[in-house]
Amino acid sequence: MATSYPTEIRHDILRGVRVAITGGTSGLGLALVRECSARGARVAFVARTRKRVERVAVEIPGAHGIVGDMAKKEAIHPIALQILARLGGVDVLINNASSLGPTPLALLADTECEAFEDALATNVLGPFRLTKALLGALAASARNGRGAVVLNVSSDAAINPYPTWGAYGASKAALHHMTRIWNEELRDEGVSLISVDPGDMDTPLHALAVPDSDTSALKRPETAACELVERVERALGDSDRIAIGASVMNPQNLADVA
Amino acid sequence: MIVASAPIQRGRHAKLLVVDKNGRIIHAPRSSFADFLRCFDVVVANDAATLPASLTGFHEPTGEAVEVRLAGSSSLDGDDVTHFVAIVFGPGDFRTRTENRPLPPPLRRRDRLALGPLHAIVERTLDHPRFVALRFEGSTASIWEGISQHGRPIQYAHVHTPLALWDVWTPIAGAPFAFEPPSAGFVLDWKTVGSIHQRGADFATITHAAGISSTGDEGLDRRLPFDEPYRISAATARVLRRAKSNGGRIVAIGTTVVRALEHSALIDGTVRAGDGIATQRIGADTPLRVVDAILSGTHEPGTSHYELLRAFVDDATLRRAADELDARNYQTHEFGDSIFIGRRVRCAARTKPVERLLAA
Repeated sequence: MATSYPTEIRHDILRGVRVAITGGTSGLGLALVRECSARGARVAFVARTRKRVERVAVEIPGAHGIVGDMAKKEAIHPIALQILARLGGVDVLINNASSLGPTPLALLADTECEAFEDALATNVLGPFRLTKALLGALAASARNGRGAVVLNVSSDAAINPYPTWGAYGASKAALHHMTRIWNEELRDEGVSLISVDPGDMDTPLHALAVPDSDTSALKRPETAACELVERVERALGDSDRIAIGASVMNPQNLADVA
Repeated sequence: MIVASAPIQRGRHAKLLVVDKNGRIIHAPRSSFADFLRCFDVVVANDAATLPASLTGFHEPTGEAVEVRLAGSSSLDGDDVTHFVAIVFGPGDFRTRTENRPLPPPLRRRDRLALGPLHAIVERTLDHPRFVALRFEGSTASIWEGISQHGRPIQYAHVHTPLALWDVWTPIAGAPFAFEPPSAGFVLDWKTVGSIHQRGADFATITHAAGISSTGDEGLDRRLPFDEPYRISAATARVLRRAKSNGGRIVAIGTTVVRALEHSALIDGTVRAGDGIATQRIGADTPLRVVDAILSGTHEPGTSHYELLRAFVDDATLRRAADELDARNYQTHEFGDSIFIGRRVRCAARTKPVERLLAA
């Protein structure tokens, strides 16, 4: 329970931690950039629209804005390079950028192949490529005793078959399972991958999917961001996830690598 | 040797020539590299990611086309991205051998270069028409964005298709400070890293800003490698100490790792955590104080990489290895095959001068 921690300790876990967040200029992503920055993390965020990236960078001094499209193969290494250059490495990656697929939502039989591909490119291949490009840096963080966590933002549509959510649901299901397999494979490297459903939130993505919903019944993205960041903090503190190479570390030594 | 011209980091048929501690030569599939490790060994790789350091554009005073190859920087700080030394060519691209590339227009101090979205100013000319110190204008963010999006990996004519960043991005790549890929690291995929652990060996990384390997000019090439900054983490220094005290070997993946670790140990023979700038050249007469074995690409005699191998074994053994590489059609250059050479037991001849000094 979060309330059992003294506030200052709970908020210290992210201090100085290098966090990269995709889709960081609206909805949950923007709330995550604000939350991580407020907790003292060094943040780089990625989004497609230059104007929005610049606006968020002005709002949150110290947060590094990077313009790039997670759905494009050619954009991934330039994004990774800028994240690593600006932060000097990376300890936490939050793959948050998401595409609904067809909008308005459509029955699968009415979904254009291109719309399905777009959902897969943004929701599965983008996170796969960026995680792969950053894996060397993440594993180095784990070996250096800093911890390494990849949080992939999932959805209950990854589990439940909601009609008209086919492209989105299928892509999030793939992301969810990819996360679980990769988490098993990277155990010895000390890199944790977690997939989290933040719940239905009052965000632009939700408004696009369900235009007439009662937003007062939806979770605020700030609340979800706080919950997700606490999941990341718990994963960072998970001691059985220390890389093999760092297995003899003791807490005293952590200070000199930080 | 055959030139490897396809940009494939880990070809299925990649080969490994092993020189064992008795000087015997063994041939193996490179994917079985971990089989040659022992318990308590530590494998050390360079985790620098490779910058797209080739920037095309034009020389503003004359309007002539140029290709700028960033070649070195004094810092591993991502906020310090304004100053570089660079090699500048005239018109053309990697398809022309560097030796045949035309000189750039005469470069003078304060000349401006327009390189796509980037603007650079010649800060100093460095005693060769191709060699300058540059300063980029603009914010740190805009310079990194410009390099990321406009730059291409430095490339030579033996690879025919244009390289993409992922072609040179090693699986273990971290912060982007190498000007050319630390290509010995192409051997490492995550399965191999797992195999290293299964052998009871350790895996560790350093970050070393590997510079360029060729300038196209003999005189300039003789000055390679330029000074290269490196960073050794406390965790890596600790793993190295542990291996040494357990009798394990320090296995360097590539010449840059040898250069960084040996530079760090110049003071008292032990590797220290922290930043440094490797300035030394390593050759036949260099006593190795830290590194016990090297996994490297195959290199032609006369190159600085080959010179470095001479610190590990005698010339006769290297010649036998070179003959085998030729006879068995090993591939050379960055996407080619590899050799694994252990240091011969500390050579008595090297300790003699010290003994003589002590006796005197």
